[in-house]
Amino acid sequence: MQTTLKTTAAPIDLPQLDLHKRRRPHEIIIQAFLFACGIISIFVTLGIVFVLFQESLRFFGSGEVNLIEFLTGTTWQPAIGEFGILPLFLSTIITSLIGMLVALPLGLAVAIYLSEYASPRARGILKPILEVLAGIPTVVYGYFALTFMTPLLRSLFGADTVQIYNMASGGIVIGILIIPLIASMSEDALSAVPRSLREGAYGLGATKLETSLKIVVPAALSGISAAVIVGISRAVGETMVVALSVGAGPKLTFNPFESAETMTGHIVRISGGDLSYDSIDYNSIFSIALFLFVITFLLNLISRFVVQRFREVYD
Amino acid sequence: MSTFELSAQPREQTMMRETEAVAAVAAGAAGTFAIEATDVNIFYGQFRAVKDVSLQIQKNKITALIGPSGCGKSTMLRAFNRMNDLVSTARIAGEVLFHGRNLYAREVDPVEVRRKIGMVFQKPNPFPKSIYENVLWGAKINGFKGKADDLVEQSLRQAALWDEVKDKLKQSGLSLSGGQQQRLCIARTIATRPEIILMDEPCSALDPIATLKIEDLMRELVEKYTIIIVTHNMQQAARVSDYTAFFNMEQDRAGYLVEYDDTKKIFTNPKDQRTEDYVTGRFG
Repeated sequence: MQTTLKTTAAPIDLPQLDLHKRRRPHEIIIQAFLFACGIISIFVTLGIVFVLFQESLRFFGSGEVNLIEFLTGTTWQPAIGEFGILPLFLSTIITSLIGMLVALPLGLAVAIYLSEYASPRARGILKPILEVLAGIPTVVYGYFALTFMTPLLRSLFGADTVQIYNMASGGIVIGILIIPLIASMSEDALSAVPRSLREGAYGLGATKLETSLKIVVPAALSGISAAVIVGISRAVGETMVVALSVGAGPKLTFNPFESAETMTGHIVRISGGDLSYDSIDYNSIFSIALFLFVITFLLNLISRFVVQRFREVYD
Repeated sequence: MSTFELSAQPREQTMMRETEAVAAVAAGAAGTFAIEATDVNIFYGQFRAVKDVSLQIQKNKITALIGPSGCGKSTMLRAFNRMNDLVSTARIAGEVLFHGRNLYAREVDPVEVRRKIGMVFQKPNPFPKSIYENVLWGAKINGFKGKADDLVEQSLRQAALWDEVKDKLKQSGLSLSGGQQQRLCIARTIATRPEIILMDEPCSALDPIATLKIEDLMRELVEKYTIIIVTHNMQQAARVSDYTAFFNMEQDRAGYLVEYDDTKKIFTNPKDQRTEDYVTGRFG
């Protein structure tokens, strides 16, 4: 039938076939624009690194301090020429550690609840609240630490033990601040675990808890680890909370109820004062910032490594 | 166009009642059943997926559920070990009797049900753990206390996988081929010592050779277990099963049981015209 149709039909004039390359200027423009956007973010990063190194070089080149003293000194007192970063570093570690102790269990619990247990309705209510929590300005968290957490700690442990400015209060509030980050990143990782794995577990007679903790969480471990490391970076870099609630003077102490000053807190306080350009104090805060940058950069590298190393391909 | 009209034969409307079809099988079978569904209706929200199905499954036999896509056969299969409970909108009416007890009675724990009635899924879904752990996991959560090595070897042997994996038990279950993964899932199910194994299109993601291996395995397993398999592949149902239940659906898309009988009868001499049309490939 088809063949008879073809022969009887009159030949139709087709427009001449043209396979020549065509110019599509809008494609080129878009491509150039997107490329520029990508390049800018790289240049901004490089620019920051450049400035940090440049100013830090001035600091170390001043002859007043060398790298060894900087990394191992236990006193940070620019006024008398003591630039040992340890007190600042230790206080950063303590506040971050307290923060992670709060954020990790709570964030993970929230994530498991949202991904495995919550009804669609409960999730619909809880997730936006969590996002609101993530959107609160950190300065608010800072005053929350100062005017709520500190009095709470003082009433629990006594006003003699807990100083008005202390690391514990700042650390706990940093933890609260990071919960939404850990929870939402971990929840993404948990939700990405295919349903078929859960069904496999249920089909063997596993309970919901067994399925969640022994199948889903291990399968999502790489994503959860990444969440934790991003959380640590966030805790280490958090500034406003510690500037407001932890204290205003570097002090080498392991006691979380004492006041101290973190690296970020110190940078804020010093740069808030009137420092002359290229003074040793001014340059010193760039060296702290560089140190901070190296820490977060290393954490990012670790997180990349962890994600690749422990990635469980479940498809 | 004319050929289309020719193919549209007038269909005999011998609407045999589902219950009669079931009675025919039940009459021929003495003794108790492995599991027995009575007047089962399954809903997803407002939608009725399965309509008035009664089905008695023979012990130590392979029963195949066949039918066109969306006719509720997978849903029916999942009703046998309460997997439908995992879908929040799913609701069931009717009874499923196992050892004389209704699996949907208020006091029955679905977790315990699934420990007795295992399941193998359409897509192989080994856990992202080692082969060894994959086999052991289900048994361990079921409180297995014996020698783990023995259980793993025994289960893998029963699943006809031992020789292929005995030197790499520590490797990930996901490193295996699709057919091996599916046999690993079967081994994992066997390790929990179920009475019934439900298989939801276990070969649909496998190549023909892997498929034949699974089918051979099913014939071996059926000496110890009762197997219910959902399959799209009619040759597979004909090759492997002892009994076949044919499901169909009408405009309302609610699946119902058309005919249930010896596999031979279903494929050579079905009572219902719709069964004949389906098994001879006229639709579905």
